Amino acid sequence: MCGLAGFVSLSNNTRAAGLSTLMTMVRSMQHRGPDESGVYIDDRAGLGHCRLSIVGLLGGGQPIHDETKTLWIVFNGEIYNHFEIRSQLILRGHRFYTNTDSEVIIHLFQEKGEKCVEDFNGQFSFAIWDSIKEKLFLARDRLGVRPMHYSVYNDTFFFASEIKAIFTVPGFPREMEETSLDQVFTFWTTLPGGTVFKNVFELLPGHTLYVNHGLKKQTKYWDIPLYPREARYDFPLPRMIDDIRELLIDSIKIRLRADVDVGAYLSGGLDSSGIAAMVVRHFNTNVKTYGITFSDSRFDERMYQRLMATSLSINHSETEATNNKIRVNFGRVVWHVEKPLLRTAPIPLYLLSQQVHADNIKVVLTGEGADEFFGGYDIFRETLARHFLAKKPCSGLRYRAIEELYPEIFDSQRARHSMHAFFSQGLTDIGHPFFSHLPRWKAVCRTKAFFSSDLKNAVQGYDGFDDCKSRLPPDFGNLDIVGKAQYLEIMIFLSNYLLSSQGDRVAMGNSVEIRFPYLDHRLLEYVGHVPTHWKILGLDEKHILKSVLSRLLPPQIVQRRKQAYRAPVQNCLIDKFDTAFTESYLTEKKLKETGLFDPAKVAFLLDKIRSGNAGSETDGMALSGIASSQMVHELFIADFRPDLPDCEFAILEDHRSKG
Amino acid sequence: MLLRKLGTHMFDQIWHFIVSNFLFGDAGELKACTPLLESGIIDSTGFLEIIEFLESTFAITIQDHELLPQNLNTIENIVRFIEHKKGRE
Repeated sequence: MCGLAGFVSLSNNTRAAGLSTLMTMVRSMQHRGPDESGVYIDDRAGLGHCRLSIVGLLGGGQPIHDETKTLWIVFNGEIYNHFEIRSQLILRGHRFYTNTDSEVIIHLFQEKGEKCVEDFNGQFSFAIWDSIKEKLFLARDRLGVRPMHYSVYNDTFFFASEIKAIFTVPGFPREMEETSLDQVFTFWTTLPGGTVFKNVFELLPGHTLYVNHGLKKQTKYWDIPLYPREARYDFPLPRMIDDIRELLIDSIKIRLRADVDVGAYLSGGLDSSGIAAMVVRHFNTNVKTYGITFSDSRFDERMYQRLMATSLSINHSETEATNNKIRVNFGRVVWHVEKPLLRTAPIPLYLLSQQVHADNIKVVLTGEGADEFFGGYDIFRETLARHFLAKKPCSGLRYRAIEELYPEIFDSQRARHSMHAFFSQGLTDIGHPFFSHLPRWKAVCRTKAFFSSDLKNAVQGYDGFDDCKSRLPPDFGNLDIVGKAQYLEIMIFLSNYLLSSQGDRVAMGNSVEIRFPYLDHRLLEYVGHVPTHWKILGLDEKHILKSVLSRLLPPQIVQRRKQAYRAPVQNCLIDKFDTAFTESYLTEKKLKETGLFDPAKVAFLLDKIRSGNAGSETDGMALSGIASSQMVHELFIADFRPDLPDCEFAILEDHRSKG
Repeated sequence: MLLRKLGTHMFDQIWHFIVSNFLFGDAGELKACTPLLESGIIDSTGFLEIIEFLESTFAITIQDHELLPQNLNTIENIVRFIEHKKGRE
């Protein structure tokens, strides 16, 4: 795992940016790759890299080149099947000078050009510079595990793993993009391809990009594999269970490939417990696992983590995410994730990777992705329930059926009334592409009430729902009601929030690489063909995955109701005894400085929270979103001060013409 | 007209509670007849907050069977409902 950066001048008249610009870009991302750094520069382009050594520990410094030193690559991530590809390439006459997966990429690129990405199983972003043809090629993995940002400024195309590297380019204008804020306060994150800054973009997951002088060509090579009913497998369930088990074991096997120890996150839920159990059973009985605990029992899952650790006899470490730690680390986390957060959940994961790093572990497996592809989230069950109601909205019988299926949320008469109201929203439009998500998104949009009048004016006429609709693939309408919900959840929330703000960024912030066995694209292709009713049987979520894992896990883990991972907001950010947080970001003066929010309304919100009456999720999202937007503004716009540790460049390939 | 007629102390208290807790001081287009849930002013948890507020402020107990839209979906309906309830007690 690493950080990469670079540039290419877009016209013959522009001289490439300089070596010091390139080196500063790399230095600003040292947390991503503290082990080694390197640069390549010629008259038109520059590539820079900082490395966290995991494969080919010695002699794997980047940039790496082909036999003729024509093609140069900087690479962030892992190609898990690089052994297999390498041996085929050697048979076809390619010669290698390192043991790295980076070099495999460059040789397959020689043969197949942009189509090389189709053969890779992994999580990656990379840039290849063809110094003869003067073409730059960028690629990003299927789901966007690894980041890749870009921008055009001063007739030069800049790219980098993190936005802060682009912001170190001298003179680069830093401004907030208002429509992206509108997206964050609707979807919990930006829509694909955008960032909260003007003129800074993200290469879409599953896409490649050619930059050839002034021309850019973006190509999609993969889309989320969800299929309509007629394309689903119709063979018996036991065979599907066996196939999925085999694919998952192989996925874990290749994700354990590393020249360093690999640990695992263990939340106590089905997905991470399943991975830990498979690792222990098939590969490594001494795997170290890591879990988050909370003092508030509503969020805490330590009981289940301990149950798993005991049943597998493994060494499990707990990291307690106290309210104080969450509050104190919020700003640091925002610095790493580079966007506002409507939830505090990324912060405990940052604390967790700190613990992993302190233990000298560089790589961990996590259970992310299973809920999206196997149908684990409540929103899928809600969608089925609302769809069921929509057929006959006035039927008391149908409501009663739903109450039986959701005993825990209909536990009081009062909650029942409001839940009926929730389930009844938008029932008339079953065909709407956002049937599943509209009630939730509309609830999140309530947080936009805090926008200042300037911000409101700036986004007037912008409609996030229309924007989102325009990004859906043409065959989206053929998916069933749960398939549509899954697509939205994966395209927006998984790629742009879970894998980023709650994934790569908070792990790399402490130089830890995370790997996702459930996101192996072979497994996803397969699961995409599994009929929805095997994923959610009745309303039993992840039914087929439970069948795959049940033999390996204690029954309490398999049978427990899914608990969404969340962290406290109100109680932990607003503390009676520590007002520094409020004073740093939420005073009238601070709010006026950024001009993003209405100070009077924020004051009402803070009063409500202090009086103990702001238990609602919307109030929590508003508080977290407002505070973190203020932080983004301070850290990246008003007072941008990147960490630029001293750094030795072990590789310095200077190919500029003299004079 | 309706507003005026309902411009009682009780009305003001409920209005104030909703404006400060759900609209954060900005009454905007809120009217006595604005449907609170459908217009997005309150969400399902907000609904429970209102019930708690009504019970503690007006010293009443709202029965489960009274949790009906016609009693609670607008400010004017809430006022009517509470007055009716207090009148009965």
